[in-house]
Amino acid sequence: MSPRDLPRDGPELTGKALHARLEKTWGRAPGLWGWLSTVDHKEIGVRYIVTAFVFQALGGLMALLIRAQLATPESGLIDPDRYNQIFTMHGTTMMFLFAVPVMEAMAVFLIPLMLGTRNIAFPRLNAFSYWVYLAGGILLWVAFVLDVGPDAGWFSYVPLAGPEFSPGKRIDVWAQMVTFTEIAALAVAVEITATILKQRAPGMTLARMPLFAWAMLVVSLMVILSMPAVTLASSFLLSDRLVGTQFFNSYEYGDSLLWQHLFWFFGHPEVYIIFLPAAGFVSEIVQTFSRRPAFGYTAIVLAFAGTGLLSFGLWVHHMFATGLPRLGYAFYTAASMTIAIPAGVQIFCWIATMWDGRPKFHTPLLYVVGFVIVFVVGGLTGVMLASVPIDLQLHDTYFVVAHFHYVLIGGAVFPLLGAVTYWFPKFTGRMMSETVGKWNFWLTFVGFELAFAPMHWLGILGMPRRVYTYPAGLGWEISNMLSTIGAFVLAGGVLLFVLNALVSMRRGKVAGPNPWDAPGLEWATSSPPASYNHAHIPVVTGRVPLWENREALPVVHGLRVDDRELLLTTVIDARPDLREPSAEPSIWPLVAALATATMFVSSMFTPWAALVGAVPVAAALIAWFWPKDPNVHPEPVID
Amino acid sequence: MTTPSILDKIQSAAGNDGRHGQLISELFSVFLVVTLVFYFLVFAFLLWAIFRRRRGDSREQPLRAILAGWVGLIALGLAGLTTASWVFDRRLARADSGPALEIEVIARQWWWDVRYADNDAHRVFRTANELHLPVGVPARITLRSSDVIHSFWIPNLAGKQDMIPGRENDLSLLPLREGVYRAQCAEFCGLQHARMALDVTVESPAAFAAWRAAQLRPAAAPAAGPAQAGQAIVTGRQCASCHAIAGTPASGQVAPDLTHFASRRTIAAGTLPMSRANIAAWITDPQTPKPGNNMPRVPLSPAELDAVTAYLETLR
Amino acid sequence: MSSPFRAEAIMLALLALAGCHRETRDYRSDAMKAAERGAAFEDNAFHIAQGQRLYAWMNCAGCHAHGGGGMGPPLMDDEWRYGGRMEQIAATILDGRPNGMPSFRRRVTEDQAWQLAAFVRALSAQPRQDALPGRADEPRNTEPMTLDERKPIRPVTAKSDDASEE
Repeated sequence: MSPRDLPRDGPELTGKALHARLEKTWGRAPGLWGWLSTVDHKEIGVRYIVTAFVFQALGGLMALLIRAQLATPESGLIDPDRYNQIFTMHGTTMMFLFAVPVMEAMAVFLIPLMLGTRNIAFPRLNAFSYWVYLAGGILLWVAFVLDVGPDAGWFSYVPLAGPEFSPGKRIDVWAQMVTFTEIAALAVAVEITATILKQRAPGMTLARMPLFAWAMLVVSLMVILSMPAVTLASSFLLSDRLVGTQFFNSYEYGDSLLWQHLFWFFGHPEVYIIFLPAAGFVSEIVQTFSRRPAFGYTAIVLAFAGTGLLSFGLWVHHMFATGLPRLGYAFYTAASMTIAIPAGVQIFCWIATMWDGRPKFHTPLLYVVGFVIVFVVGGLTGVMLASVPIDLQLHDTYFVVAHFHYVLIGGAVFPLLGAVTYWFPKFTGRMMSETVGKWNFWLTFVGFELAFAPMHWLGILGMPRRVYTYPAGLGWEISNMLSTIGAFVLAGGVLLFVLNALVSMRRGKVAGPNPWDAPGLEWATSSPPASYNHAHIPVVTGRVPLWENREALPVVHGLRVDDRELLLTTVIDARPDLREPSAEPSIWPLVAALATATMFVSSMFTPWAALVGAVPVAAALIAWFWPKDPNVHPEPVID
Repeated sequence: MTTPSILDKIQSAAGNDGRHGQLISELFSVFLVVTLVFYFLVFAFLLWAIFRRRRGDSREQPLRAILAGWVGLIALGLAGLTTASWVFDRRLARADSGPALEIEVIARQWWWDVRYADNDAHRVFRTANELHLPVGVPARITLRSSDVIHSFWIPNLAGKQDMIPGRENDLSLLPLREGVYRAQCAEFCGLQHARMALDVTVESPAAFAAWRAAQLRPAAAPAAGPAQAGQAIVTGRQCASCHAIAGTPASGQVAPDLTHFASRRTIAAGTLPMSRANIAAWITDPQTPKPGNNMPRVPLSPAELDAVTAYLETLR
Repeated sequence: MSSPFRAEAIMLALLALAGCHRETRDYRSDAMKAAERGAAFEDNAFHIAQGQRLYAWMNCAGCHAHGGGGMGPPLMDDEWRYGGRMEQIAATILDGRPNGMPSFRRRVTEDQAWQLAAFVRALSAQPRQDALPGRADEPRNTEPMTLDERKPIRPVTAKSDDASEE
């Protein structure tokens, strides 16, 4: 059978018949087996998002406990040991198990749809990534429940987290959890990079790519460059603790500052890894709801890239109090200031889009407005902290806590909530309630401000971080009480959001393919999309395809319908290049993830586990990569 | 169980009671003004974008020009702030120079081991959890740690410096106002990081000299009675393994020096205010006010406790 | 509970048995019988770590080095002149022993002696592997304890008595 005889989509095969055949090819087996072995990016993306939100809830619970303890001075509510575990769990869960995974998860779901392709690159790796992430999260939380939760802060400074001063397995759990989540994040980053560079729809040149895709491209490259640093650091820590190496032992020519350098070399890009996808969300939302293409597309893309590059040169600003040479510090002050320029450019462009467009203030755009109001405050307090003398007073105080919650909640969570509301019809086929959404936004916004604004004042008044209690009489009582009240209001807002989502999933207004009249390609699919995404691969002629082609979207024909096939295009100009098979559902990613998890967890207890555990991992990987039937029709060239 | 609030805002970066702290506050005001201006601009633009009445046409070109101007303005603002930061950094460095009182502080979990240095070995003394400084006289504090990373921070006087095992950092102070201040460890150092405070007294040079002279004197021999019995217990039993009291056989090095214990304002690095009742409470059970700290519960009968407390009270 | 969850519940219960004891931090242990006290201190990571600190603070290394012995016998081998069980080691520390081991009864509290005993046992890898401490942050040239092989406790025989006279 020659390639020409294979069944392909085209003028002869379209509509319902095409849908049936594509469903058959791209669908998965029903039931538990199918659920466990799926490689559909949408299913895995939703799973990832839901799991990340569960971790957010758990992390938020930890935050409420912290605030309950700190509402009054000398509160005996929580003992110091548990408190230290609680605040460590809060930070660790939010940063490693919620913030980065949820952004990557949104990308996993949205990017293939936005780019007009059928699945993400390396679909089985995608599945593997989710199971590894889940395993890491379970490891951490089961440990916490068993009183083995880490208690040295989310960044686990040595020597406190080292073998002598953190007895037991608590920090080993933390370090190994980092390994899990970094593998998961790296895997997704690799997939997204490959998808964005090679799987865009024909005609979607890099200059026409959605801004969210640009953000994710930059973010994925940042992940690939920064995650190895933290994996290295946590491996060194595990090695010091379990095997007796001296990486961080200053008495044997190691250095405790090495940990800080390695960790923050990852840690600083990490916060931009969290922020840039949110900037991508904002770009998409602002565009849709202002009803004009984003202003300053090129400027925004350059700002993304600039942020990504600059973020690797800032990390020492977390270490201004450690006594390193002042001349070196000056460089990091300058770099930390400079990164405000791309941020300022983006803010201008987004507001300009609204200014020049005809904005409709639905809930997603409300979240964008809230984002601007809150994030810019955080950015400006960041500029303050970039100055060494100011930082020497405010480092490790509640001022810093205020700063990073402003940029993280304002800069990432608000856009995320807006994005979930915006793309909800794509996830579920229904709209979230607009009325509840508006109430929700205001509750969240007010709660946030009440919770975190007083913390600026607390920091200036001398309250250090990570204290399980504080004495009365220092002027900290009122601010702490206000902050606690705000935290509970904020929690109410988040709860309301979740309720809105859950109820709307069942009883929300049913949505068509494009309820917001948005321009992106993802809105050309049904809501929720079929397993194969687009029936025909669309062709793109501009930045806002659905606005430029309101009547009918041009498409290409010719992809096979009896087997999973993707269209690869060239990197810059997106000319059709290759047909590429896409992986079938497989149980091996789950098996490999289980084997990997077993190996990692048991290597916390004995080094032999690394050797013994490698065998099942190798077996699973061999099964996974077992070559398919080589008798596939070779078709390298598109005719 | 609270420190007495002798003065309001005794632990505040806005206190401005030392030269370094004042310079930093000035710099902060510069930053505050500039950042507020920029925030106002962004906020105004946002409000305009929300409430503007649309006139239908797109104003792409003028917006591009304004974007260019905005980038220039931000760059200018940041350059200004960076310059200001550098200028103040140099002013702070200049405030460091000159002969100074030399003090060494070694941080331990979870207390401060303070040594006043001197070229004459007879004038070196050791205390714990407190610092006395003469007003107007520069002090240079050498910072070390014997276990994990701590951070030395007297917010009213200056910024902080970390105390990192294996490294020696230093911090310069120039107190300008007499008063009592509270310092606190500013780097998470484990279970009792929250209860690692330092009592700082800034006083006239004469008062400081008197304090210093008193510190150099060894512990006075107690009068007959419970205090004497207490001394026998303290120097002969577990206390002496860890604590030191100059002038007695007790010379343990791993716990706070107790020679002038009762002259301090607090017990256990700010955990309890100094009083007879609190001394007894602390010795009976140090693990309730500060769980996990390294002082064990030493079993003492009520009579022994009474004697020990009486003795410790004489250590002024 | 459906069957996958039952398996999980059993696993969690087993983990609970494994986790809790090692990680509890008990700052004030009340009076307990000797053998029970031994058990409470023995496989507990916190107490072993505190014992490690006390070992340094009380200068046990002055005679025993870091377990290799010097003026005093080695502590990291499997010979126990006066017994290697928790309560025996604690008694050695508190009461002193002939041939030069001083009594520390008036130098450390009983709890501290039990912590030291737990650490001493850790020097020969007697406690559970996952409660053993790692290396300390100091100059060391001994093998980290987590890598030590367990040495069985056996009573001193005449032959091994000669061998220990080194």
